[in-house]
Amino acid sequence: MLKKKHYLALGAVTLMALLVFSLPQRATSRLKLAAGGLFLPLFGLLNTAQQLPVDAANAVMPRRALLKEIGELQRENQQLRIQGAQTAAIALENDQLRALVGWQRQTPWKLKLANVVMRDPANWWRTVQIDLGSRDGLRENLPVLTPDGLVGHVAAVGFARSQVVLMGDPNCRVSARVENPAHDVGVISASGPLDGSLVELTYLSGNAVLKSGQNVVTSGEGGIFPPGIPIGQIVDSRAVEFGLYTEARVKLSANFGALERVWVLFP
Amino acid sequence: MNVFNTILILAAAFLAVFGEAAFPLLRHWLGAQVDLLPVLMVYAALNTDIVTVSLLALLGGLWFDALSANPLGISIVPLFAIGFVIYLQRELILREVPFAQFMLGAVASAAAPALCVLLLLTGGQEPLLGWGSLWQWLVMTAGGAVATPIVFEFFNWCQKAFGYQPRTETSFRPDREIQRGRQ
Repeated sequence: MLKKKHYLALGAVTLMALLVFSLPQRATSRLKLAAGGLFLPLFGLLNTAQQLPVDAANAVMPRRALLKEIGELQRENQQLRIQGAQTAAIALENDQLRALVGWQRQTPWKLKLANVVMRDPANWWRTVQIDLGSRDGLRENLPVLTPDGLVGHVAAVGFARSQVVLMGDPNCRVSARVENPAHDVGVISASGPLDGSLVELTYLSGNAVLKSGQNVVTSGEGGIFPPGIPIGQIVDSRAVEFGLYTEARVKLSANFGALERVWVLFP
Repeated sequence: MNVFNTILILAAAFLAVFGEAAFPLLRHWLGAQVDLLPVLMVYAALNTDIVTVSLLALLGGLWFDALSANPLGISIVPLFAIGFVIYLQRELILREVPFAQFMLGAVASAAAPALCVLLLLTGGQEPLLGWGSLWQWLVMTAGGAVATPIVFEFFNWCQKAFGYQPRTETSFRPDREIQRGRQ
């Protein structure tokens, strides 16, 4: 049944697969980025095609509507400037107080906007790729967020694009704090494969008092995510292992179904 | 079979992987993305040679893993295993019958992710699994089953439209010509 040609094909494919598996991590990452780079022209074409209707709509937008929008944006800009000045004064005061008690000075966040270019084709991972890479100063483990809340962290960095592991993926665990009187701390871990908007908050203390709607933010422990980034709200909770610890479901603040632009945070 | 078919299958695999990464609409509606590589493998195993089957497994698997968080090369083995088994049994399969194509597509689309997850778990990885994975598996199986006859129709049409047919040799030989009448 098996001819010589079949044996050769079987041997060649097995050899190639073994060769790829046995490559060092660094070589595998490079090979992966090189193979993924083949798709860049197609993604460029797709972006151009998606931009065309937007440009066409902008071209026919009436001048009156544009002027109205500019006016609104100018007002909003002025409000934000005033708030910024107030925040700067508070930050200065905070720095002086921290210096008085001998705490480390907080550095302001630097953010870079990135476009989500593709999603993981496999159903068992929750990752996206963004159009920033090492040429933009990205490195592994940088937090990624939207104005609504935390999204995940950078897992692999290429020259012009990077892979972001989203919350809910088994490879993205976040130390989180519930904004309740006890400030209970737990770990955000993998969720179910279907509903990407819900994650599990585990290892909360057994006597944690949780209520639906309480906010969950990053605790700052773990060294990757700075404290205070919004994650979501508590949906419900239950005691686990005969009350040894508590688990809660958290509804994520960021809309993972419509991720188009994200911010990479340089702490 | 000619090289045009091989190029067409590899181009389709490239576009299929791109489509799965770039268009998440199906994932938003049904909660799972349908993988077309097993479907293409069924076509390749039934209609092309073992070289095309191997190339599709190698390149398709590498392209898929390059855009995914999978370890590079993990998708090669399930794809090749499916293609190789179908290739060896293809003389017994009614490849022109849409129902056979449908069933083969379903089996291949069910086996490929199952084998891939099995390999991931064997390698110590922690893929996102749960009861919802069963639903995703069903969607992938059903999607692959429905897509297979369509893919067969598409490739047959492409083959007729763009592929060249080998020139058939004439059976006429001048030395065997029957001379009629008197010499």
